[in-house]
Amino acid sequence: MSHPSTYEPKTGIERWLDSRLPIVRFSADILSFPTPRNLNYWYTFGGILSFCLVVQIVTGIVLAMHYDPSGTGAFLSVERGIMRDVNYGWLIRGIHANGASMFFVAVYLHILRGIYYGSYKAPREVLWLLGCVIYVLMMATAFMGYVLPWGQMSFWGAKVITNLIGALPLVGKPITTLLWGGFSVDDPTLNRFFSLHYLLPFVIAAVVALHVWALHVPGNNNPTGVNVKSDTDTVAFHPYYTVKDGFAITLFMIMFAVFVFYLPDALGKADNAIPANPLVTPAHIVPEWYLLPFYAILRAIPDKLIGVLALGGSIGMLFALPWIDRSHVKSMRYRPTARMYFFIWIVAVAFLGWCGSQEPDGKLIPGLESFNLIDYPINSVTWLSRFSALYYFGYFVIVFFLGLYEKPLPVPDSLYTPVLKPSAVAAPAE
Amino acid sequence: MTLNKVLSLAALVGAVFLAGPVMAESSQAPLKDVHWSFEGPFGHYDQEQLQRGYKVYREVCSSCHAMNQVAFRNLGDPGGPFFDPKYPNSNDNPKVKSIAADYKVSDIDGDSGDVIKRPATSADYFPSPYANSAAAAAANGGAIPPDMSLLVKAREGGAAYIYSVVTGDGTAPPAGATIPPGKYYDPYKSGDMSANFHGDPSKMPVGGLIAMPPPLADNKVAFDDGTKSTINQEARDVAAFMQWAADPKMEERKQTGLAVMIFLVLFSGLLYASYRRIWRDVGH
Ligand code: HEC
Ligand code: HEM
Repeated sequence: MSHPSTYEPKTGIERWLDSRLPIVRFSADILSFPTPRNLNYWYTFGGILSFCLVVQIVTGIVLAMHYDPSGTGAFLSVERGIMRDVNYGWLIRGIHANGASMFFVAVYLHILRGIYYGSYKAPREVLWLLGCVIYVLMMATAFMGYVLPWGQMSFWGAKVITNLIGALPLVGKPITTLLWGGFSVDDPTLNRFFSLHYLLPFVIAAVVALHVWALHVPGNNNPTGVNVKSDTDTVAFHPYYTVKDGFAITLFMIMFAVFVFYLPDALGKADNAIPANPLVTPAHIVPEWYLLPFYAILRAIPDKLIGVLALGGSIGMLFALPWIDRSHVKSMRYRPTARMYFFIWIVAVAFLGWCGSQEPDGKLIPGLESFNLIDYPINSVTWLSRFSALYYFGYFVIVFFLGLYEKPLPVPDSLYTPVLKPSAVAAPAE
Repeated sequence: MTLNKVLSLAALVGAVFLAGPVMAESSQAPLKDVHWSFEGPFGHYDQEQLQRGYKVYREVCSSCHAMNQVAFRNLGDPGGPFFDPKYPNSNDNPKVKSIAADYKVSDIDGDSGDVIKRPATSADYFPSPYANSAAAAAANGGAIPPDMSLLVKAREGGAAYIYSVVTGDGTAPPAGATIPPGKYYDPYKSGDMSANFHGDPSKMPVGGLIAMPPPLADNKVAFDDGTKSTINQEARDVAAFMQWAADPKMEERKQTGLAVMIFLVLFSGLLYASYRRIWRDVGH
C-alpha cells in the first residue's frame, strides 16, 4: 500500500503474527485507505462490481453441482433438474442468469464513469488496462456461460461467434477447431466451454486483485480530477465509503431482485427455451444485450475479416484511450466540448446496441423507399450501424485532437474547494 | 442551454429506439388480449382453471404433445392443479397417484431383463406419446409436435400466444391463399405466407401455416366443475395449465420476492440513515 501504515498490533498474538504474515495489517490498511471525500455515487460501482463477482462465483459453484455438460443432458439438467427438482434451483439460476446482465450494467457504468472523469490518465494507466482486461474476460465468460444451457440460442450463438474467429487468416481455423474440439459445435465444445466458464471467473478475481492493487498505489481519482493534496482532502475508506458503497449495493440489489423475482425471463430469449437442434436455424440469432453494439459493428462491415478486426478494434480503442487522450485536464466537468462528444458517443453506442438486435435490412423509417449503397438501402438498420460505428471510432480521433486544441474551463485548486461549505471546515473525524 | 436540449433529445430518441419492438421478417396478427390470474407481482394460479386445463391436456393435446420435464408428483406440488395441503409430500396425494396409474411407462423387468410396460407412479415423468421424434414426425405429416413443458417460455407472447394460436388454428384462409394438404392457416402463428399467396402482394395475409389440425372445438372436453366448454374456455384453460407447467415455481418465486423486497427496502433505509449520520460533519 502506498500510504503509511497506521496499524498498531495490540495483543501478543497480533504482534507475533505481524512479524510473520502481516495479514491483519494488510486488511487494516485497506480499511483505513485515504479516499477523496468528494466521491459521488458513480464511484460506488467498483464495490457493486465486486459484489457481482462474488454473487456469480457463489451461485455458479452451486449450479455446477447440478449441471450435466453433455449434449443430451445439459438442457434437461438445467430446465428440469435445476429449475424444477432442485430446491431453490430456480432462485440460484435466476440470480446467476440475471446476475450476468447486472454485472454488465455495472461494468458499463463503471467504465463510462472512468471515461468521464478521466480516470485512465497518468498515473492510472495500468489500473485502466487491468480494467479493460477484466471487461474482455467478462465477455468471454458470459458468452461461454450462455452456451451451457444448450438451448437453441446457446447453440447457434456459439456457432456464429466461434465462426468469427475462423475468419482470421492462418490462425483462425486451428483456433476454431481447438475451441470446438472437432469440426463443428458439439459435445466436446460444450465440455470445454463448461471447463473454461468455471475457470475464467477465478482469473477475473485474480485480475481484480491486481486492479485494486493498482488503484491503491496512486489512490482514487475523483469527480474533479484534481489530485489529493492534503489530508483534509481525504477520509478513511471505512466507515465513510463502506457505508456509502453498502447503501449503493442495496439499491442495486433492489433492481436485481426485481428481475430475479418478477421478470426472470425478461432479459432472455424465448428461443433458448427450445433444446439445441443443429438442424433448425432460429429465425433470428441475436447475442445477449451486452454484446449487441459489437455485433452491430461486425455486421455493418461487408467483409467478414475486416468486420472481425473492427470488432476487436472497437474494444482495442478502450485499451489505447490513455495514450489517445493527451489533455492534462482529467475530469470532463471542465471539458465542455469533450463532454458533448462523449454524450453523443453514448448515444452512438445505444444506436449500435439497437441495430444489433434488428434484422440488417430492417427499415428505419417505415414505408420510405431509398437506394442501395454497399449492399444495403440507405434507409436500413445496417446504414444506421455504419454511421454509428463511424462515430464510435471517430470519437477517439476527436478526443485526440481535443486533447491538443481544446480550451478547458478553469480547474479548481483543490478537489475539496468546490464543495467546501462554510459550516463544515472542520477536519473530518479521523 | 441548447446543447443540453439537443443531447436530451438525442438520448430520448435513442431510448425510444431501444424500447421499440424487434422487427421480424415474418408477420403475425396481434395476439388476443387475455386476462390471467397469474399476471402481476401478486399473481397466482387459479387451481380450478389448472384442473380444467389439465383435463384438456390429458384428453386432447397429450395424444400428440409430450411434457417430459413434468413429473406426476408436480401436479400435487404447492401451486399445482391438484395440490392438497393434506399431502405435503405430493407423492402421497391420492389424486396424483390415480392420474399416474392411468399412464403406462417403460421399465426393465428386474428378474428377466425384458423391457416391460408398468403403470406409472407419482415419481415418474409424463411419458411421450411417441417412441421417438421420427415416429412423431411420421404421424404428423413431417412436423414434430413440440414438447409442452416449456412451450409457454419458448414462444414470444407466452400464454396469450398459445391461446391465440390454438384458437386461430384452422381459420378460413383468406382469398388468394392456397393451403397445402396437412397444413392449416393460422393468423397468429408467426410465419410468412408469400409462398402460398397469389393475390395482390400488398394484401399479403399475416400469420403462417401450421401442421397441427385444429385441436379444440366447443364441447370437446366435459369440465368436472360444470364450466361451459366453449372453445375459448378450453383454450384459455389449457394455456393457463401450460403456463403452470413451464413455470411451476412462480407462486413460490413471487412470495419469496415480496419478503426479499421488504427486507431490502428496510435494510437500504437503515444504511441510508447510517450513511447520513456518519457523513454528518464531513463536507463532501
Ligand atoms: C394431432 C396431433 C396434435 C394434437 C392433438 C395437438 N397438437 Fe399441437 N401441434 C401438433 C403439431 C404436429 C405441431 C407442430 C406444428 C408445426 O410445426 O407446424 C403442433 C404445435 C403446437 C403448438 C406450437 C405452435 C408454434 O408456434 O410452433 C402449440 C402451442 C400447440 N401445438 C398447442 C396444442 C394444444 C394446446 C393442444 C391441445 C389442446 C394441441 N396442440 C393438440 C400436433 C398436435
Ligand atoms: C469484475 C469487474 C470489476 C471489478 C470487480 C472492479 C472493481 C473496482 C473497484 C473496487 C474499484 C474502486 C472503487 C471505484 O472507483 O469504483 C475500481 C476502480 C476502477 N476501475 Fe474497476 N472493476 C472492474 C472492472 C473494471 C473495468 C472493466 C474497467 C475499465 C475498463 C475498470 C476501471 C476502473 C478504474 C479506472 C478505476 C479507478 C476509478 C477512479 O478512481 O476514478 N474496472 N474497480
